[in-house]
Amino acid sequence: MSKTYYDPSDLRKFGKITEWSEELGEKFFEYYGKVFEEGALSAREKALIALAVAHTEQCPYCIDAYTKDTLERGVTKEEMMEAVHVGAAIKSGATLVHGVMMMNKVNKLDL
Amino acid sequence: MVEPKIKKSLHKRNDNLSDPKEQLRILNNGLFSGGELPTFKEKIKESGYATFTPKALEILQINVGYMCNQVCAHCHVDAGPDRKEIMTRETMQQCLEVIKNSGAHTLDLTGGAPEMNPNFRWFVEEASKLGVKDFIVRSNLTIIRANKKYYDLPDFFKQYNIHVVSSMPHWTRGKTDKQRGNGVFDASIKALQELNERGYGMPGSNLKLDLVYNPSGAFLPSGQEAMKKEFKKALLEDFDIQFHDLFAITNLPISRFLEYLIASENYEDYMYALVEAYNPAAVANVMCTNTLSVSWDGWLYDCDFNQMLDLKVASKVQHISEYNEAILQNRQIVISQHCYGCTAGAGSSCQGTVA
Ligand code: SF4
Ligand code: SF4
Repeated sequence: MSKTYYDPSDLRKFGKITEWSEELGEKFFEYYGKVFEEGALSAREKALIALAVAHTEQCPYCIDAYTKDTLERGVTKEEMMEAVHVGAAIKSGATLVHGVMMMNKVNKLDL
Repeated sequence: MVEPKIKKSLHKRNDNLSDPKEQLRILNNGLFSGGELPTFKEKIKESGYATFTPKALEILQINVGYMCNQVCAHCHVDAGPDRKEIMTRETMQQCLEVIKNSGAHTLDLTGGAPEMNPNFRWFVEEASKLGVKDFIVRSNLTIIRANKKYYDLPDFFKQYNIHVVSSMPHWTRGKTDKQRGNGVFDASIKALQELNERGYGMPGSNLKLDLVYNPSGAFLPSGQEAMKKEFKKALLEDFDIQFHDLFAITNLPISRFLEYLIASENYEDYMYALVEAYNPAAVANVMCTNTLSVSWDGWLYDCDFNQMLDLKVASKVQHISEYNEAILQNRQIVISQHCYGCTAGAGSSCQGTVA
């Protein structure tokens, strides 16, 4: 038994999620598959979005999967890192913009 | 100047993996923790194929030698400047006899760098007299710029209406040079421009120029059409280069790519990825079913990969000197774990995605 919370080989077992709740699991995978199909956005663009979100979500499985996926689509490491920065910028912006809430509250409470 | 990352072939380094038996041992027994991977045989059985048998012969692929001016890290041939195996004129003569009489309509010359065989031009001249429909030469592009004596290759190709199929790892310098050696990108770009100047790859031109893309690492190629679009856009915008088609090919876990997979501790994951990407629809179109591969010394194989693993055709006829199409067509194709590479995802053959 691995002594860490995350085991890379668990990613391979993701599909088994359906075993304990087949209907919901399959609906999820059907939806998931549809989302990533070529559409108004190309599959490549979607993969880069997924990579950025994987980082903001800090999901090791998704980072693993979408690093590989973007490589498979010929994405360069410069493009990949820029996508991560986009995620990071939104994440930090989202943190900072909540500062306005804090400022509002302070202004209201402070004499 | 082209500067390879690895300098010598496995063969020259006397590496264990230069022995096809050692490669097969690893492929069959794995570095796996015990029987987790289904055998390719079991897998195709599930899809209703007990064995692979040939359809009508369409492509004769001739490997005229393992000598190459490059030493690419992923090379399944283990080719390089230090490989001396070269097809003789006598064996070429036997090939010509077969081309004349066989049902194949496509002739596919490969290597190494086929252009480095001293009899290459003679063979092309003779073979083209026999009127094959599609005469392909697999050129690594840099050979055209490697030495003065190759500078006129684009004219030579044009003269014989050769269909040029060239490997191009990526549309960026960084990724290309990492896989194939420093300087490969710039030399390839120059070569492509020269081919374009002769009319190769131009829209509407019958001088066919296709590119082959292999992933530069332990991952599979995905989306041949999307990849083609990216290549077209980038090469046109950055270098004013045009080409016709792009084939995305999966790296098979043999030879130097196998060496890389093991050394980088990616072998197990890569094999799992291939098995996971197994696509029953790709099985019907694997290239061994319409191709025969001839080695530099005249032995016959189901495909270029089997050639490198020294898995000769399972037939009474095993050498070009005793070629008999009727007998050969009755054989079963020899398969092993490396075949997973041909059925992963959209499936890929030497001509790219098949399904
Ligand atoms: S991959 Fe092609 S160009 Fe590279 S070493 Fe092998 S034969 Fe030569
Ligand atoms: S490796 Fe060769 S024998 Fe195996 S499936 Fe591919 S083409 Fe056929």
